[in-house]
Amino acid sequence: MARFIARRLLVTIPVLLGLVFVVFSLARIIPGDPCRAVLGERATDAVCNDFIVRYGLDQPIPVQFVLYVEQLSHGDLGTSIKHSRPVTELLIERLPTTIELTLMALLFAIVIGIPLGLLSAYRRNSPIDVGSMIIANIGVSMPVFVLGLLLQFLFALLLKGTPLALPPSGRLSSGVEVLSLVEVWHLESVTGAVRGVLDFVSRLYIPTALITGQWGALGDALRHLLLPMIALGTIPLAIIARITRSSLLEVLGLDYVRTARAKGLRERSVVLRHATRNALLPVVTIVGLQLGGLLSGAVLTETTFNLAGVGRTVFEAITGRDYVVIQGFTLIIAVTYVMVNLLVDLSYGILDPRVRQR
Amino acid sequence: MTDQTTAPPVLGDAEGLLTARPASLWRDTLAGILRQRSAVIGLAILIMFTFVMIFADQIAPFGAKDSMLGLEPGVVKQAPPCVHLLGCPADRYEHILGLDTNFQDVFSRIVIGSRISIGIGFAAIGLAIIIGGTIGAVAGYLGGKTDNILMRTMDVVLAFPSLLLAIVIVSALGSSLVNTMLAIGIVSIPIYARIVRASVLGARENDYVTASRALGESTAGILVRRIMPNAVTPLIVQGTLGIGTAVLEIAALAFVGVVSLSEVTWGSMIAIEFQRLFTAPHIILAPGLAITLVVLGFNLLGDGLRDAFDPRLNR
Repeated sequence: MARFIARRLLVTIPVLLGLVFVVFSLARIIPGDPCRAVLGERATDAVCNDFIVRYGLDQPIPVQFVLYVEQLSHGDLGTSIKHSRPVTELLIERLPTTIELTLMALLFAIVIGIPLGLLSAYRRNSPIDVGSMIIANIGVSMPVFVLGLLLQFLFALLLKGTPLALPPSGRLSSGVEVLSLVEVWHLESVTGAVRGVLDFVSRLYIPTALITGQWGALGDALRHLLLPMIALGTIPLAIIARITRSSLLEVLGLDYVRTARAKGLRERSVVLRHATRNALLPVVTIVGLQLGGLLSGAVLTETTFNLAGVGRTVFEAITGRDYVVIQGFTLIIAVTYVMVNLLVDLSYGILDPRVRQR
Repeated sequence: MTDQTTAPPVLGDAEGLLTARPASLWRDTLAGILRQRSAVIGLAILIMFTFVMIFADQIAPFGAKDSMLGLEPGVVKQAPPCVHLLGCPADRYEHILGLDTNFQDVFSRIVIGSRISIGIGFAAIGLAIIIGGTIGAVAGYLGGKTDNILMRTMDVVLAFPSLLLAIVIVSALGSSLVNTMLAIGIVSIPIYARIVRASVLGARENDYVTASRALGESTAGILVRRIMPNAVTPLIVQGTLGIGTAVLEIAALAFVGVVSLSEVTWGSMIAIEFQRLFTAPHIILAPGLAITLVVLGFNLLGDGLRDAFDPRLNR
């Protein structure tokens, strides 16, 4: 097992370096003068010379790359042109919204998707199976933002005034506030890294409200998250349901399932204890792979639902041509994605001993 | 715990094969598709949209950028759909999907926008298949160091969430339709490289390949004539599904604004108007539905092709 983990880690290192290289190169192929691309057309020559020296743009490309890696190793992602703030600071501020959104969307996809897939396989060709597969097909075909807009239209306009109405944008209603952990626990004296962590967690509204028992705010935050969660979670839900279904159908056809039936085990026990457990193995991989789509989708969902998260920041950076932010955020998102895939691979090795041998 | 060893595939009865009427791959495939209701629906959707793309200029009652202001007395911006057959008063002008904020006919824009919205998807996937296929074939056939370097490079591309990478590429290269096509093509390359490499690895050691080599056929000849045909069916399946994904990605790129909004595409139609969801929903939902329908068509047909090509599923 240790060898398996070591090998997987070794394979990840060149990929990470490759990611850094791609992000670095993309910044270099921006057509025209890099200084004026970043600072705007009207930057004077003096300002530009200063800029070029400051960012080492007068150095040869390989040297620039080393400088960039060195800068990254200090946790420095550059300074946003538009916000005039370090990109890391911006990231820490915007990340909680995205974490909350993507995790809830993934949870929604798993909690609904897996049972739906299993049910479709148990009751193959029943109305439940056919119906859920039709919905799954439409679900994967609809762009995230179209579904988001459709949901807003339904729940915020057509159902307005009914108990089913849901808010179409933002994280909380105006006037509602989630008190931070520091405020609730009277920890104003705490400073430094601990304070940073507390502030970060406090921006995850749902866990914070849950821990500190702010039930009114919790309800409000959940109501706001419901539509974005469905919009973002529907594609992974559909994919998970389809994979679960086909995986269980495949396992149900295997010899050992027939053996279990031949032994006279009850059908319930065969399906639930013998087949389902093995059928869920490929689902683990698929769930991990969904994260890339979720992170891409977050750009669209946060734009549609006006949530100030990482995705919305990328969107604004594109519109505002804030290359430093685009670069920094892309790198972080890609690294997160690689890390999650690594964890998925490792967990797969733990769950299925056959994988380790390869 | 299961012990699933890979058993060699069981051969069908030889007599059955001898007596059966000679079948061609394409005839079998078509029959396989027509047997599946969902694939037929997918095919029908795609045939309809192909027709719309080809005859867009004849179908669209107005130009994509024609303003109705001044042409039709009493014209209102964002006018809701008006179809005479469905009881819209005859004294009003017919716009079956209504007008948008710039007094343009939504239906015409959707019809004409289909060309870019779907066309770029075709071009991007075509490009990805050609480049990815070459990379995969070379990597698989040569093996060793070349294989390692090429496939690790592909891993790096795959390590980015694809839509995000496409966004970054277009914003770096500059927003034009060609760059959009390039970006979507580039992020799709690794999928096709992997498919072709796997097919090449599977076919490389076959006796007929050794025989060709013994007969003195060139490496390129062996690759193109003897090995690549094995990769055709998985490429067709993945390519069909891939165009669907590409259509989604183009729409998303246009929606976030990296494709110039002056281009008439379904995604940019939504991007321009999405703040008006509550006042004029038809302007946004109509192109949204068009995207969904096309992607659904590609997905259904792709799944159908996969089943039709897979001899294990033959009934």
